[in-house]
Amino acid sequence: MLTVFLQFLFSGLTVGSVYALVGMGFNIIYNATSIINLAQGEFVVIGGLLMWFFLESCKLPFLLAVALTILSAGLVALIMERLTIRPLKTNDLLIMIMVTVAVAIVMRGLLMFKFGKEPYSFAAFTEGDPLVIGGAVIQLQTLWVLGITGTCILALYAFFNLTIAGKAMRACSFDPTAASLVGIPVSRMIMFSFILSAMVGAIGGIAITPISLMEYDKGPMLAVKGFCAAMMGGLGRGRGAVVGGLTIGVLESMTAGYIHSGLKDAVALLILLSILFFRPAGLFGNAAMQRLKGH
Amino acid sequence: MLKLKNVDIFYGKIHAIKRVSLHVDEGKIVALIGANGAGKSTLLKTISGLHRPEQGAISFGDSDITRMAPEDIVRCGISQVPERAHVFKPMSVEDNLLLGAYHRSSRSAQTSIRHDIDRVYDTFPVLRERKKQLAGTLSGGEQQMLAIGRALMAKPKMLLLDEPSMGLAPIIAREILTMIAHLRQQLGLTVLLVEQNARSALRIADSGYVLETGRILVQGTADDLLANRDVQRAYLGRDAE
Ligand SMILES: Nc1ncnc2c1ncn2[C@@H]1O[C@H](COP(=O)(O)OP(=O)(O)OP(=O)(O)O)[C@@H](O)[C@H]1O
Ligand SMILES: [Mg+2]
Repeated sequence: MLTVFLQFLFSGLTVGSVYALVGMGFNIIYNATSIINLAQGEFVVIGGLLMWFFLESCKLPFLLAVALTILSAGLVALIMERLTIRPLKTNDLLIMIMVTVAVAIVMRGLLMFKFGKEPYSFAAFTEGDPLVIGGAVIQLQTLWVLGITGTCILALYAFFNLTIAGKAMRACSFDPTAASLVGIPVSRMIMFSFILSAMVGAIGGIAITPISLMEYDKGPMLAVKGFCAAMMGGLGRGRGAVVGGLTIGVLESMTAGYIHSGLKDAVALLILLSILFFRPAGLFGNAAMQRLKGH
Repeated sequence: MLKLKNVDIFYGKIHAIKRVSLHVDEGKIVALIGANGAGKSTLLKTISGLHRPEQGAISFGDSDITRMAPEDIVRCGISQVPERAHVFKPMSVEDNLLLGAYHRSSRSAQTSIRHDIDRVYDTFPVLRERKKQLAGTLSGGEQQMLAIGRALMAKPKMLLLDEPSMGLAPIIAREILTMIAHLRQQLGLTVLLVEQNARSALRIADSGYVLETGRILVQGTADDLLANRDVQRAYLGRDAE
């Protein structure tokens, strides 16, 4: 009884970590621009598929493959920002968000063209026997996923709250005019935010692929779950996305295990709807803070 | 020090600034006076690089800044306190000041930045009391002081101030203008001060320009402008002495 519960819990925490990373990706760009980048899920897919490409197809050493994958994701984001967001010259957020949807569709097409429709995977980072806790089996890769997520979250928290570059990035979304006037290169900051969030997404993709496989069209679902995680915590708030992501992951896993696996994806949407309905500022966000941000 | 030569600025088809020339000499306070919509903010935004003039040239010291990016203009030594302060509302007072020093924030500059934050706190003690408070929760006058402090953190040679007394109680407005005169003395700043309230601006200014629908109408020393009949009628109220 308890064993089964623990099993569901651990698998929920694992997927939940990736939702948290996707949610963080949303937050990063939102923190610099107030844009919601709906191509966020595609960067996770890029992470998984490119990692497979460099590792299994090019036979590169593990760390080099990781580095190349993360850099490539950053490069794709740079091109995306330069080609589609920057030339827009509009302040209409809705238009910019629609553009990210279009980019996501194009990216999915290219990924299918290159990789086809089948799922990909590669070996776990480390070999070894799984841990057994209370009868439940935990793959070592699960620990990697949790550890990597935790590290990313802490690093991003430190970046946005303790470094001047991180604060400057946030300042760009609060007040781009004032940011320019204190000498912050706003458009370069926006570009960095896209690169950073793509890299975080790719890291999530690399970590999760050995457990849950990766295929070209996983992006939209990941984006929905990650967005839900970010909304749950209140957009732009790091801690919130983590708690949101883990909660959604665990609830999904419990629903699939105890009720029916077909209901799994409905969980996130239900949560999203109830948040939008009852607490639009998120469970942790507060409305007063939202007002100061002016949106 | 700052020179504008035959500057034309458009918003689409709207001709907001028409062949404006003006100059501000080093160490002076120059007032730019005009009614709503005259183009005062447009002019300041263009000096700071937020807009591009259609024609004309803007120079600062020996540099041509006409087409420079805003961040490079800050580096040259021009800081602006924009209309309505534009503080970073969801951030603390202290973070606002830190960001003011963004262009010089290398690791080696940390002690000098700390020192400058303390100097801003000495100038505006109320900011020290509220350094952890979110800037958006400050009163209008306090936000204005924070915006001035933030601009000073860049260690500018020249300050552009866009209606620093807008919406403030007369007593606070006077305090802020007195503070600006004091800062000029203390730091050797050069100041271009935009105001609708001509009398209080000219009280601390050395000279001034009057802008009307995008054109310079009159220019002269502060005393000349205060004595000018047109200026009196339009900007000082009928009961001007
Ligand atoms: N972004 C813009 N797009 C189009 N027109 C603009 C824009 N900004 C200002 N204008 C127009 O340019 C003219 C000058 O505006 P500006 O804001 O410079 O006036 P101002 O002198 O600062 O007025 P105020 O004292 O009310 O601040 C106005 O007619 C205004 O409508
Ligand atoms: Mg104005």
